[in-house]
Amino acid sequence: MSGNMENIYLGIVLSPLIGAIIAGFFGHRVGRSGAHWATIIGVAISCALSIFVFKYINIDGGEKFNGSIYTWLVSDGLKFEVGFLVDELTSMMMVVVTFVSLMVHIYTIGYMKEDPGYQRFFSYISLFTFSMLMLVMANNFMQLFFGWEAVGLVSYLLIGFWYTRDTAIYANMKAFLVNRVGDFGFLLGIAGVLMYFGSLDYATVFAGVSKVNGQTMQIIPGSDWSVMTVICISLFIGAMGKSAQVPLHVWLPDSMEGPTPISALIHAATMVTAGIFMVTRMSPLFEFSETALSFVLVIGAITALFMGFLGLVQNDIKRVVAYSTLSQLGYMTVALGASAYAAGVFHLMTHAFFKALLFLGAGSVIIAMHHEQDMRKMGGLRKYMPFTWITSLVGSLALIGTPFFSGFYSKDSIIEAVAHSSIAGSGFAYFAVLAGVFITALYSFRMYFLVFHGKERMDEHTREHLHETDKVVWIPLVLLAIPSVVIGAIFVGDMAFGNFFGKAIFVLPQHDVLGELGKEFHGWFGMAVHSLSTLPFWFAASGVAVAWFFYMKRPDIPEWFEQKLSFVHNVLVNKYFADKFNEVVFAGGSRGIGKLLWQIGDVKIIDGLMVNGTAKTVGFVSGVIRHIQTGYLYHYAFAMIIGLIVLMGLFVL
Amino acid sequence: MIALSDYLILGAIMFSLSVAGIFLNRKNIIIILMSIELMLLSVNINFIAFSHFLGDLSGQVFVFFILTVAAAEAAIGLAILVVLFRNKRTIDVDELDSMKG
Repeated sequence: MSGNMENIYLGIVLSPLIGAIIAGFFGHRVGRSGAHWATIIGVAISCALSIFVFKYINIDGGEKFNGSIYTWLVSDGLKFEVGFLVDELTSMMMVVVTFVSLMVHIYTIGYMKEDPGYQRFFSYISLFTFSMLMLVMANNFMQLFFGWEAVGLVSYLLIGFWYTRDTAIYANMKAFLVNRVGDFGFLLGIAGVLMYFGSLDYATVFAGVSKVNGQTMQIIPGSDWSVMTVICISLFIGAMGKSAQVPLHVWLPDSMEGPTPISALIHAATMVTAGIFMVTRMSPLFEFSETALSFVLVIGAITALFMGFLGLVQNDIKRVVAYSTLSQLGYMTVALGASAYAAGVFHLMTHAFFKALLFLGAGSVIIAMHHEQDMRKMGGLRKYMPFTWITSLVGSLALIGTPFFSGFYSKDSIIEAVAHSSIAGSGFAYFAVLAGVFITALYSFRMYFLVFHGKERMDEHTREHLHETDKVVWIPLVLLAIPSVVIGAIFVGDMAFGNFFGKAIFVLPQHDVLGELGKEFHGWFGMAVHSLSTLPFWFAASGVAVAWFFYMKRPDIPEWFEQKLSFVHNVLVNKYFADKFNEVVFAGGSRGIGKLLWQIGDVKIIDGLMVNGTAKTVGFVSGVIRHIQTGYLYHYAFAMIIGLIVLMGLFVL
Repeated sequence: MIALSDYLILGAIMFSLSVAGIFLNRKNIIIILMSIELMLLSVNINFIAFSHFLGDLSGQVFVFFILTVAAAEAAIGLAILVVLFRNKRTIDVDELDSMKG
């Protein structure tokens, strides 16, 4: 059986790659429909096999797989291998990735219908699916890093898909550079693992934890730092880049310059969750460093709360969803920090469905509005686009954590876990996630009301052409809406509080908040009913109510706020000046250093002193020496004889 | 009996004369060539004197080589001189300063 399974795993990974190659290299030969069929079939095979694997491992309790497929190189006893680790966590990620990817592939047929880069686009998203699968199925750090960088590359290519737009080029460069900062930390973390554990293989590393735990290292001479903390924080810096945590979040809102299917697939559902997945995968390391966990917790809490605020003032429909993604990623990170890895991954899964749904819904609206993204020019779309309306409503309800919807179960587990956590910073984190619930409800329903209800603010020409989008667009919406509703209730018992992940996630007994919570858990129905009397529910409900009152009933109130609190509004519109700060301090600073090195180091020292200086010195010295060179033969002869006499004198003496 | 030192003194005097000849003459480049010949001869005297007094014939063999080289050198030197004269129309040492820096 295991030989068969190995082939299945290879098939899962390779079929999207083959699709990408066909669409990418032979795009002109196979044509537009050839490209989308090739890639969709590739991803569909992958998705079907993933579901089979999910059933085999998670439901039938089949044998887990951990082995290498190919040895890339061996150097001084270190092996660099390509291998798969397929356990409960991996198989869940595989299903999420391939399912959302399949939906996005189908949706793209409608969204990119008129785009000249059709084949290229399909090639990229299939390549992305391959990279992401490589990332989640890795059994060693080398392959993890390969997948990590490959998804980053595809993300770069896709943000800049419309490469003639200046803003898109700016955004993809920004995403790439910010990710480099994170990846630098990640690489340091991997180097630390290699140095102290002597291996890149997950199983070997995790087995060696007890040996390394307690060791210290000196980065700055004289101060001892725990090796585990340094490694974990370095790895987490990588996660901060990829999962867009403060302060490396700046690239994600700008990445909305890419086509909407990409925003859904890469920048909401899958790639940005790579950091969450990675930390979960590394739970046997993170568990042994409370400092690192606190760090994770605080960063996540800041992201969850403060990025939510920014969603309140955005007018671009995609940016609102982007900020909500940031905020939700913050929730997942908070869960990781509180050692509730399972809850974090559970939220990752539910979020992947409902956030992909929201993005694709936004994309559907954008198609209908003829690529208008400003919400101030929308309104009342409900009666023109029934499918989009219903599915977006479902997505929004799931996002704000309405009881019985998927988002409720995952988010509530996180909030409860943080409340039970006793790690440093959990008080602040609890406040942040709780306030975040209100904010989430407020901006989600602000968007919902502005787009689907109220006065029709679009121009006459657009209104005449408003109609529901094609089947290929709304069918994926419906298919995503179904898991957005039910998946939480189905899996909450096993995934968040049960032993769904088995040995894939490791939690120390003293950190096991979910285990504590699990004792009070009485089924999905009981949890939802119980929540009606808890704070998060009322926060969410009041958020919706406030959104309704502000944007439906009294639109003058937000305007009044804007004027009266123009300082706060200004800070929010400028995104806490993070972009400006980066531009001035980091970009400006490095330009300044570059200029300094250029003007002083290069022009003055190297060119001026070393190159021209040498020539000048030679010129000056020879200018002096030339007077000795008279051109008279007897002077030369005299010099020779003097030299001879001096040498002989030295010799004799 | 003439002692070794006498020969050496003669050689030294001849050498000094030739050096002086090189420096003191301001007119004629041929004189420089002649001085060089004289210098070689003074060295030859030293060689022969040592050869005789030490009873070693290789010194005299060496002198033959030096004479051969000197003859060749004189031939080449004079040839160069002729060409020089053709180009410059002078063999005045003070005017031959085209190498001046």
